[in-house]
Amino acid sequence: MIARRQFLSAAALGAGALFVAPGLALATVPTDRRFVFIIQRGAADGLDILRPTGDPAFSSLRTSLVGDGDAGTRLDGMFTLHPSLVEVGKMYGQGQALFVHAVASPYRDRSHFDGQNVLETGGLQPYAMRDGWLNRLVALMPRLSGEAIAIAATVPTALRGSIEVASFAPSALPHAADDLMTRVGALYDADPQLHPAWAAALETKGLANDVGAGQDPASLGRLTASFLTKPNGPRIAMLETLGWDTHSAQKGRLANQLKGLDAMLAAMRDGLGLQWANTTVLIATEFGRTVAVNGTGGTDHGTGSVATLVGGAVRGGRVIADWPGLAPSMLYQARDLRPTSALDALIAGVAAEGLALDPERVGRSLFSQATGGRPMAGFIRT
Amino acid sequence: MSVQPASLSPSAIALNRFGLGARPDDVASGDPRRQLVDQFSRFDVRPAGFAALDDAGTVVQHYRTAQQADRRTARQDGATDAKADRTAGRQDFRQDVHALYRAAVQARADSALATQAPFVERMVHFWSNHFCVSVDNAQVTAFAGAFERDAIRPYVLGSFSDMALAAERHPAMLIYLNQVQSIGPDSPAAARNPDRKRGLNENLAREIMELHTLGVRSGYSQADVTEFARALTGWTVDGLGTGGAGLGNADVSAFRPARHEPGARTILGKRYPQDGVAQARMALIDFTYMPATATHIATKLARHFAGDKPPPALVARLADSFTKSRGDLPAVYQTLIRSPEPWVATPIKFKTPWEWTISSLRGLGHKQVGDMQIAALQTQLGQTVWKPGEPAGWDDVATSWSGSDALLRRVEIAQRLAAPLGTGVDARLLAPKLLPGMLSEATADQIARSESPAGALALMLVSPDFLRR
Repeated sequence: MIARRQFLSAAALGAGALFVAPGLALATVPTDRRFVFIIQRGAADGLDILRPTGDPAFSSLRTSLVGDGDAGTRLDGMFTLHPSLVEVGKMYGQGQALFVHAVASPYRDRSHFDGQNVLETGGLQPYAMRDGWLNRLVALMPRLSGEAIAIAATVPTALRGSIEVASFAPSALPHAADDLMTRVGALYDADPQLHPAWAAALETKGLANDVGAGQDPASLGRLTASFLTKPNGPRIAMLETLGWDTHSAQKGRLANQLKGLDAMLAAMRDGLGLQWANTTVLIATEFGRTVAVNGTGGTDHGTGSVATLVGGAVRGGRVIADWPGLAPSMLYQARDLRPTSALDALIAGVAAEGLALDPERVGRSLFSQATGGRPMAGFIRT
Repeated sequence: MSVQPASLSPSAIALNRFGLGARPDDVASGDPRRQLVDQFSRFDVRPAGFAALDDAGTVVQHYRTAQQADRRTARQDGATDAKADRTAGRQDFRQDVHALYRAAVQARADSALATQAPFVERMVHFWSNHFCVSVDNAQVTAFAGAFERDAIRPYVLGSFSDMALAAERHPAMLIYLNQVQSIGPDSPAAARNPDRKRGLNENLAREIMELHTLGVRSGYSQADVTEFARALTGWTVDGLGTGGAGLGNADVSAFRPARHEPGARTILGKRYPQDGVAQARMALIDFTYMPATATHIATKLARHFAGDKPPPALVARLADSFTKSRGDLPAVYQTLIRSPEPWVATPIKFKTPWEWTISSLRGLGHKQVGDMQIAALQTQLGQTVWKPGEPAGWDDVATSWSGSDALLRRVEIAQRLAAPLGTGVDARLLAPKLLPGMLSEATADQIARSESPAGALALMLVSPDFLRR
């Protein structure tokens, strides 16, 4: 039996020269920059992640969630980081983390699935656009296979579109026999739906050979880093995180969620090593949660939330917020944090600067339906 | 290599698109449409595997009783031993719950393999996903099998309204969507504990309107959601509360008047008087008869049987049938079966992991799962049974399931499913039986040239022909 690595390369070459010859690959990698998008599905509570402790209305509204234990990292006179985000707090101290508060996509209703669709497609309305903004971003990069990868069994909406991208999730199953793999490849070759997915599967499998399989947040962070550091590997990655829909018992649940996120980001930083300096990680959610705590120790679907940037490339150590205030008269529909920054303008600016592309062009391609609202600027070290 | 355009016979469509996949002993004869309708009388509502499941409520209740006893002991002794006991108790409970969950998944798969009514069985899976719970915590995990058995199966050939009522009132749903914690802010129960602020949780109200009945963007407002949430207060599970409330039977839902928000409610312009449990019940029944609900359900059915982009004519016809029959599900199924759109002769749906596993096992001739661990298998395939992770349920479009990694998993699992059969089954003979009229020359050719009989079977299971229906 031939070595798996060789077999896969040979098979991929047969299927249309998808592997770039290693020597050539180093020369033709189009960018040193890395961009990672982490979606928080379920509406993460920005007011609990980055607490506006300097707002006079905050403590009376949120006493039951904040408690009086570990206070978290105080970032400035206004904002305090949730105590679970220890590593992110360190990144902030080193100028590698930045927050944009009171931010929201154009979506103003409160359905998770519609909200996530707007966040991922970049449309103004749910289902107004078919492909995802991250896929359109990949399309703006110089062409090379394996430029983007979803760390998930299937490709999320943000990464779906005209450019085929790979997906990968750790598996504990025994590998399939080479004969079976070859014949499957031959059959899928002629199938327009299965061929690109299979080609991506083989390529990703090859790249992931030497990574331990684990599905905990830190392992997923390490796995992402291992893809992003391969000489001919992807430069754009997306991870999905679930479990942010804290309708009840938010105090304990959010603390655990954020501990996981913190570990994932730290593992990614450590795994990227020197490449961390070229990396931008964006973390965002579909909408925020109610300012008031509900009757079950949780919060319900809201509007404004927080978006987080970490990475060695980020010009961090700052919180960007045109703070609307939490006084009753300032709330959106008398219940939610009023959004004062546009998430699409933030994404366009971060993606463009993070990958050294032209912000105007990125804005037009990613959010063509947006009216006005130039990409935000100044996120990345130059 | 050229691909022959597949041309599925009506029998193949009845077996693979409407049913759960052909079995080696399936014989195509007679009128396939008629045969699908005939299945209605052969459906087994409560198969042995489901009937034998332990009561989830009893499991949960035992744990809670033990927990309370532990707490009492801990207060008396102030001892550290008690903490260790509690931890052990929690572990025992988790093991019990997971054993119950695995048994329920085995029962579901057994039923799908043994059934004489695979189309109706498919509809159980469809409705279970429509009114889904997600086993994200131990309590929902305990109740998930009972939910499908008691809230879905008995109504799959009944009316949509009855199924909706059974689903929303089931302990699994009331726990999953936080209804058990929702209390009217001005109710006697809230007044009793002024220091411990408890109140409304609008999760169930919103998901009933958005996902189970009317559908998103169908014209209701945030105010309607909140009003409906107020109407729903008092709906809870018996036997899970503290004190006297903990004495009931945790397998049944209950209405506690003391938690119910007083006053009449106005939802979607209609006034519902203060009638206790009937207030939200009437509103829910009204939702099930609204045109938005008919269209919502019709769209999902059309997507499931006629392709990822539901044909508008079919949606309109199904919605009309739903409205005219007042949600009589057999009438709607008959409209579906009589419509031309689901009988397109090319494969139009990419199988979900569950559909693929069940059709693979049926195709390999299994009549029961035996010691195959279906729960673990589904997790590896990326579709843990009863755990969609969100109240919208699993997606029903190809892009959600045809990702590169998902394909690789199916190949690995196909090899594992085929291995025990060794040389016992000849894929060259089996494939044309299971895929009548749709087995491509290329697939037949690659199967014939495989290095081993088991390899050929595995290849059949992951061939483009078998991955679709």
